[in-house]
Amino acid sequence: MSLAAQVLSLARRSVIRTIRQPANWITPLIFPLALMAVNTGGLDRATDLPGFPSDSFLAFFLAFPFIQGALFATVNAGVDLARDIQTGFLNRLSLTPMRGAALLFGHLGGVIVMGFAQAVWYLTVGLLVGVSIASGALGALVIFLLAVLIVLAFGSFGALAALRTGSTEAVHSLFPVFFVFLFISSMNLPRNLIETDWFRIAASLNPVSYLIEAIRSLIIVGWDPEALALGFGTAILLAIIGLTLSSLSLRSRMART
Amino acid sequence: MASAIEVRGLVRTFKGDITAVAGIDLDVAPGEIYGFLGPNGAGKSTTVHMLTTLLPPTAGTGRVGGFDIVKQGPEVRRTIGAALQEAALDPLLTGREHLKLQLALHGIPRPERPARTDELLARVGLRLAADRKIGGYSGGMKRRLDLALALAHRPRILFLDEPTTGLDPQSRSALWEEVVRLKRDEGVTVFLTTQYLEEADVLADRVGIIDHGRIVAEGTPRALKAEIGRPTVEALPADGTDPLTLEQVLGRFGELQPSTAGVAVRLDGRGELADVVRALDSAELKVADLHLHAPSLDDVFLAKTGRSLEGAEEEHEEEQEQKQEQAQE
Repeated sequence: MSLAAQVLSLARRSVIRTIRQPANWITPLIFPLALMAVNTGGLDRATDLPGFPSDSFLAFFLAFPFIQGALFATVNAGVDLARDIQTGFLNRLSLTPMRGAALLFGHLGGVIVMGFAQAVWYLTVGLLVGVSIASGALGALVIFLLAVLIVLAFGSFGALAALRTGSTEAVHSLFPVFFVFLFISSMNLPRNLIETDWFRIAASLNPVSYLIEAIRSLIIVGWDPEALALGFGTAILLAIIGLTLSSLSLRSRMART
Repeated sequence: MASAIEVRGLVRTFKGDITAVAGIDLDVAPGEIYGFLGPNGAGKSTTVHMLTTLLPPTAGTGRVGGFDIVKQGPEVRRTIGAALQEAALDPLLTGREHLKLQLALHGIPRPERPARTDELLARVGLRLAADRKIGGYSGGMKRRLDLALALAHRPRILFLDEPTTGLDPQSRSALWEEVVRLKRDEGVTVFLTTQYLEEADVLADRVGIIDHGRIVAEGTPRALKAEIGRPTVEALPADGTDPLTLEQVLGRFGELQPSTAGVAVRLDGRGELADVVRALDSAELKVADLHLHAPSLDDVFLAKTGRSLEGAEEEHEEEQEQKQEQAQE
């Protein structure tokens, strides 16, 4: 059986699992949008700040659900993988001719499907509440592509945590860590408008800022090559690091001869 | 004929200088049911994990289906099926979905999968529950599905690691029947670990008894039991029967043994049970009860290790508790 067919079989299982756990897909669909509504209500006046890049805080903030949704999908997928290790399901799979890469990409395939569905949902809701996409229909496609890359990158770190620890609790504990990265980013304000020095520096060092800014640029600016290069570059770099480390961990976790 | 399973000096140690398997040798012939009997923690599952390529050995060699377990892992996995100690199933998938995934990963061509799925479900009696999620299955149903999954790709060698632990007698009996059928009809070699004496006795052509990572006895159940001695006859005198006279009569057939209920003698070959009955009859001795105790595999375990299998379980649990206490300190 080809690697692609193995990946498809395992990704299908991952998607079925997600669908059959409503909490795993309802939360990522609802919670980020709810937080967006609250933040937009509270921070709408930020658009009055000189140099704020948009008249609509909603449009400015619409990039946030993509990142938070990716975090949810990632943690859920990581927990699923850790559960497979804990219950011995990984051993069952290891006894088949399945390749290690198929396991990793199968799990990530499921996350990517979930990430893509979420991205479509967030953008649809954004459009329904009046946000327009400055980069047009092609820009929307690029947003989906970047959203999928972000889910892949984050998902690889969720898989890494699962493979390293084999513990669902350990993977769950990643969520607050990811959340810290999300909040110490440019999600609420453009970096150049953050007055507190340490926060601005932290946000500039935080890769999440560049992911948000790339999606945001497509929504409120149009085609910004620098923001897109930084966003895609960051997502690809994170994915490479995460996948490399996950593959190494998988090798020691699947110690079959 | 080449062995289906051939093991020489297999060792597995873990961190903390823990030796789970301390150098075992064994040969299992094609089409044989080999019972690997021992208490919890004796090294049974570690051996199975090594033989199924899930765990590299620390030392020694092993060949399964003619393939080296270290150097030819993929070939070994294609040859074997395994139902490990925990029936590791996904509670969110149905039985049918499990089989579809298993068949796909084993590379069974897509057009063959539906028929093979139905065939396996029918074989383990899960046709009606095929489209129910595993979360709603009983322990016996999970074990049966586990067996079906292990058989999905028609393996020549089957590893069953404590397949009936925790099952009710009916489920246990059904699984035994299926194991016997696999050997009889399909010539499948079965490596079965168990802590149940009866299971090894009923199913296994040969038994290997493992304790503290070493095989302490090996042979057919009959030979092992014969090796440790002759059966014992125990008679409970009826009211009015003189126990001393009873002892004299039974003493003609062998050495008297301690007995709390009556008089017991280990037969030494001068007569069988029928001869004992005839002797009692001619001496006009009435007995309330007469028992023939054939040696059990537990007697074999006792003879080889100085402990009964049950005692070994308790000892192992105490060892585990001590280790946990030491770890906490």
